[in-house]
Amino acid sequence: MAEWIDAKPKNKAAAWLEERLPIIGLVNNVVGVDTPTPRNLNYWWNFGSLAGLMLVVQLISGIVLAMHYTPNTLMAFDSVERIMRDVNYGWLIRYMHANGASFFFIAVYIHILRGLYYGSYKAPREVLWMLGLVIFLLMMATAFMGYVLPWGQMSFWGATVITNLFSAVPVVGDSIVTLLWGGFSVDNPTLNRFFSLHYLLPFVITGVVILHIWAKKVSDSGNPLGIDVKSSADQIPFHPFYTVKDAFGAAVFFAVFAAFIFYMPNALGHPDNYIPADPFVTPDSIVPEWYFLPFYAILRSITFDIGIPFTDVVIIPAKLLGVIAMFAAIIVLFFLPWLDTSKVRSGKFRPTFRIFFWFLVIDMVVLTIVGGKKPEGIWPVVGLIGTAYYFAHFLVVLPLLAKFEKTLPLPESIAQAVVKTDK
Amino acid sequence: MSTINETIDGEEGASRRDFLHVAAAGLGGVGAAVAAWPFIDQMNPAADTLALASVEVDLSAIGEGEAVVIKWRGKPVFVRNRTPEEIAEANSVDMAALVDKQTDAERVQEGHEKWLVVMGICTHLGCVPLGTKAGDDRGDFGGWFCPCHGSHYDTSGRIRKGPAPKNLEVPTYAFLNDSTLKIG
Amino acid sequence: MKLAKNIAIALTAVAGLAGAAMGAGAAKYPMQMEWSFEGPTGTFDRASAQRGWQVYKQVCSSCHSLKYFNFRNLADLGYEDEMIKAWAAEYTVVDGVDDAGDPKERPGLPQDVFPSPFPNPEAAAASNGGAVPPDLSLMTKARHDGANYVFSLMTGYEEAPADHPMPAGKSYNPYFKGGNISMAPPLAEGIIEYEDGTAATTEQMAKDVVNFLMYVAEPKLEARHHMGLNVMLYLIVLVFVLYFSMKKIWKPVKEGKNFYKK
Repeated sequence: MAEWIDAKPKNKAAAWLEERLPIIGLVNNVVGVDTPTPRNLNYWWNFGSLAGLMLVVQLISGIVLAMHYTPNTLMAFDSVERIMRDVNYGWLIRYMHANGASFFFIAVYIHILRGLYYGSYKAPREVLWMLGLVIFLLMMATAFMGYVLPWGQMSFWGATVITNLFSAVPVVGDSIVTLLWGGFSVDNPTLNRFFSLHYLLPFVITGVVILHIWAKKVSDSGNPLGIDVKSSADQIPFHPFYTVKDAFGAAVFFAVFAAFIFYMPNALGHPDNYIPADPFVTPDSIVPEWYFLPFYAILRSITFDIGIPFTDVVIIPAKLLGVIAMFAAIIVLFFLPWLDTSKVRSGKFRPTFRIFFWFLVIDMVVLTIVGGKKPEGIWPVVGLIGTAYYFAHFLVVLPLLAKFEKTLPLPESIAQAVVKTDK
Repeated sequence: MSTINETIDGEEGASRRDFLHVAAAGLGGVGAAVAAWPFIDQMNPAADTLALASVEVDLSAIGEGEAVVIKWRGKPVFVRNRTPEEIAEANSVDMAALVDKQTDAERVQEGHEKWLVVMGICTHLGCVPLGTKAGDDRGDFGGWFCPCHGSHYDTSGRIRKGPAPKNLEVPTYAFLNDSTLKIG
Repeated sequence: MKLAKNIAIALTAVAGLAGAAMGAGAAKYPMQMEWSFEGPTGTFDRASAQRGWQVYKQVCSSCHSLKYFNFRNLADLGYEDEMIKAWAAEYTVVDGVDDAGDPKERPGLPQDVFPSPFPNPEAAAASNGGAVPPDLSLMTKARHDGANYVFSLMTGYEEAPADHPMPAGKSYNPYFKGGNISMAPPLAEGIIEYEDGTAATTEQMAKDVVNFLMYVAEPKLEARHHMGLNVMLYLIVLVFVLYFSMKKIWKPVKEGKNFYKK
């Protein structure tokens, strides 16, 4: 592919710089606009660049908010209200940042589901996939700490509940929690370190995103057919074809984003977070942001201890098991390239896989609903079944499918498959 | 790249196509530029800061010969009720003797000559001069004296002796009525 | 405007966020009223909000603070600067210390926050049978369906059902979680006389105070709606232009052209 890239800039000044610092070539080699790209990427491939765009939106709006925010338990809530009332366009920037987190997760979740459907995690893209999961983990940490900063009731109690998860760790659990808090409860030291890390992590994310894009460049983009590029006929230059397609997708995505910012800015938030934090009053029910709900449901679904049968000996208490399950839900994704060993990448040619894929999507939606409900009545049972399927999907279904599924015949090449059908 | 450009340019309906792409790029560019404004404007003073941009001073509490310090935009402002002697003294100065040549009339408002309103910041290096409180050292010219480097100001707030290069600055102010002064 | 609201309600329901407000045996769901500030082009009903300010000042403010509301904000409701100054001056605020180190008092100014009725939460609790009257600045955003909630709470006092035990000093209000609210019914017909001559019924006062409190909670609502309209129009045009631009650019690809032939 290298022969298709003209790395020498034509502009004289650029050529002069390139001779001394080959930065244009470097950037071009990693994210290059004229990178040959499969010609058959569909709209699901838009969500990678959309996620990148949302990262930029969050970085810019976040840096600006930090100019007005005060990370102190006595002033945090007031400083946010000052942003909403007195700072020029402060309301716009804060609503953009708060809803931007949700839209960042929407883009990333669709991006991940696209990868799951089209087998984007398979060789040679295992590292690309795992870097994506690292980004996802960092995003969750960043979003969690960001939600604490306004110091409302949900901020405080969310922080309390989630940091308390670590107390489930045997022996050193309580010490870890004290360390995280910098005290004996969530308080000013906690708020300060969360602000520091909330500011830092997005730049770490940016770094991993660069690695992610680099790994994509090295292993080439996947594509909906899941077959390798065979010749230049399978490819088109990224620019202008995918730049304009990404721009179009971004405009549509931003229109939905804007509808939330301007017309229902608090729809995705929780009213309790407009009540200043009060360490003596716990809200009715503590609900995390929607993007954490599936994992929250998995955490709460485990209500039983694992012990030696017919004795009172507990090996793993329920609390620890729940925490393990929650973290395992993400860690299992790291092993996905080796759990799904089917040689066929794309779900397009895997009829049975496809059915189970949609089971997984429904399962995630169900877990999201369960995560938002109080653990009463039927919900804990639903949560447990949802959790069981989640793990079964990755640990049982996918390995078995790889062995027994009858896949459809693959097309000879992308060009042959796409160009023919389009004519 | 050149092959691609050729392909695109070589197609029919080039002018309409060009217009469409230019419109798309232009529209996007304008949108991005407009969207940048809120992120710049947020650095300007906020509404609560602007609400403090002007202060009103009740003059009835300041007796003749007395002065007060008003905090305005985070800086001290001296408001002085001058005695007739001080006004006369300020008017009698020989212009040639001044470093920063200004008549007293240029530094006060007509009809309110007894009120001298100046920034309480020495024009040398920004110290706050003495002379507002009763008993302060008012310097050699009966106005203010800056203890940092020994600048002397007269009863019109003009620099008369010492390193300061300019007269004490006169802020924007207006009399809302005979007993209310609005600074800013 | 209904659509946007329904979408929002549906989304919250899907995300399961509504669960918090509507636990089993919890408060009665608020009455659904029409408000001028709802919908994509909603604006504040200024006449009503001005009356609401009068209700707040004469009734609510004896117990409830309005921490994030400055007198200067009244200009947004259509009041003249002189009037705002006069209102502010009716209050005494503490500003710094005098030369002896004692707190210095002065008449209020437009830039001041509306003074709290109590110096601290402890004093507020002591004067109100142990319950601290919450700050009202964000009340319409800090409750599920806040505007309707406040209206329902104001007008929803009733006799407690026979089987409902009432602790001393509490009132029964089905819209309040648990039903036992520490606040005695604050509004009663004719409790105030409106400056504009509107009949001061309980419903009218409740409606007016909601309009006022919604303004206090979300003062930039009108600016938001106005900018939103422009942004949405812009994005819709951009989507169309980009779509046609994309279709044109992609034509040769769809025709199967190979761009890398030497």
